[in-house]
Amino acid sequence: MSDHHIKLPEGSIEKQTTTLNLGPTHPATHGVFQNILELDGERIISAEQTVGYIHRAFEKIAERRPLYQITPLTDRLNYCSAPINNMGWHLTCEKLLGVKTPKRVDYLRIIIMELARISDHLICNSIVGVDTGAYTGFLYVMQYRELIYEIYEEICGSRLTTNIGRIGGFERNFSNTAFEKIEKFLAEYPKVLQEFENLFTRNRIFMERTIGCGPISAERALNYGFTGPNLRAAGVDYDVRVHTPYSSYEDFEFEIPVGNTGDCYDRYLVRNGEMWQSLRIIEQAMRKLSQFKGKDAEIFHADVPEYYLPEKKDVYTKMEALIWHFKIIMGEIDMPAGEVYQSVEGGNGELGYYLITDGGRTPYRLHFRRPCFIYYQAYEELTKGSMLSDAIIVMSSLNLIAGEMDA
Amino acid sequence: MALTNEYIKQRLTEKFGDQVQNFQEPYGMLTFEAPKDLNLKVLQFLFDEDALAFRFMTDLQAVHYPDNKGRELAVVYHLHSLTENVRIRFKVFTDIQTPDVFSATALFSAANWMERETYDFYGVNFIGHPNLKRILNVDEMDYFPMRKEFPLEEQTRVDKDDDMFGR
Repeated sequence: MSDHHIKLPEGSIEKQTTTLNLGPTHPATHGVFQNILELDGERIISAEQTVGYIHRAFEKIAERRPLYQITPLTDRLNYCSAPINNMGWHLTCEKLLGVKTPKRVDYLRIIIMELARISDHLICNSIVGVDTGAYTGFLYVMQYRELIYEIYEEICGSRLTTNIGRIGGFERNFSNTAFEKIEKFLAEYPKVLQEFENLFTRNRIFMERTIGCGPISAERALNYGFTGPNLRAAGVDYDVRVHTPYSSYEDFEFEIPVGNTGDCYDRYLVRNGEMWQSLRIIEQAMRKLSQFKGKDAEIFHADVPEYYLPEKKDVYTKMEALIWHFKIIMGEIDMPAGEVYQSVEGGNGELGYYLITDGGRTPYRLHFRRPCFIYYQAYEELTKGSMLSDAIIVMSSLNLIAGEMDA
Repeated sequence: MALTNEYIKQRLTEKFGDQVQNFQEPYGMLTFEAPKDLNLKVLQFLFDEDALAFRFMTDLQAVHYPDNKGRELAVVYHLHSLTENVRIRFKVFTDIQTPDVFSATALFSAANWMERETYDFYGVNFIGHPNLKRILNVDEMDYFPMRKEFPLEEQTRVDKDDDMFGR
């Protein structure tokens, strides 16, 4: 048919379409994914995803670890919002063990979780900006992710893989510097977010690139098991924080932003809307915290000596504390037998923990419900028939995190 | 009328008699099991009934109980009725020699990868799955690593060559 000048060897078959390997390491995939795309010109005919490049067998490793040693594994799921994963895990353990946390702990947790949500959405939305050609927004908001990381650092000592909190509460009370930084964030961030929105929301180029790009109907989204902002962009107001409140979310006033077409632009709007709501929640939590007076304002963990490490100075001076310290660190505490499912609203959807114990010291089985593993299946349906450059935007606006997908 | 566990249980027993059994409520979530050849019928029934409407598959995974002779593998479905906001857990057990379970992919697109993952780690053979192959592990793997016969390495073992891994 074609009379191009490349001499093909005898017997070779000439294909009408192009196969393109997008990934596993490609700057535009923002993680280790491979997509085998079949292209007709620049249109996508089919896409086959390969995942598992950074599979680390967390579920298997967890079967040999006592509960508190599993927290660092959860950090490495969705590493853009590690504190939410940590808190989800603590809540699962607390549900299993029947630990009741004080209100102040719940509110402190909510502050951390909402900060994590902001940092997650911040990255996702600004990456969508980068992929549509606007690098400025990304660099600008990065300073505020930095501020959020400083807050984590002030509370738990680390920044990315936080391992924040313990079963029953926090490892230490929030310092004054931490509260000052949170106040600073609350004071400065709204202006930045507003500017970020000014840059993108009515930007003609951004709108042209994202409106109608990778849409999904509510029905298909539900069938595909979408959760989080991606489901809400399709018009379903399902949010774990509202439907099965955990950590006292029922005490807070906030709205669930929803979209209607489920395309990249709606996903962007929903995420931005959620950041405003998160700010509202943090403000309310700070107000609620200021109402604790005297001794109540010092509480940062529940009184559960079996699971919560005693203070170091007590370990050196008190027999009982020493025993608990030893038992907890060596993982010598038997758990009650049972099975628990606990979910939290993670950065990109419903993050669930299904934990089965048989009365031993380690879980019998632990399964992570990783939201982006489940909704990444829809990628082919979302991109079929669209241009290659749209496929890149769809990928970044779904907020796919390789660490979470591969567990 | 709010959807209660009692009501779900009553509807299921009306429809399937004593084939659905072992009703429990650990931590408030209704849990029950059914014979493995009935799994699609139960899922379809829960999906279709407007009063139940379990139309969201939250999660699907397997558990290995090596001591349960004849019912070594359990496939666990977590379903969610979003209109009533009720979650249930549904299990089917299968023996490990012929771990054949019908695939739920026709009902839930979400089940596709979750079943592949379950196959990958436990070797549950989902009949009717469009593309049942390994997903997280390498294709060349010839065993199912999450089964209990593969224990994790003892962390204190000393008989290994330390030069390479610095143990």
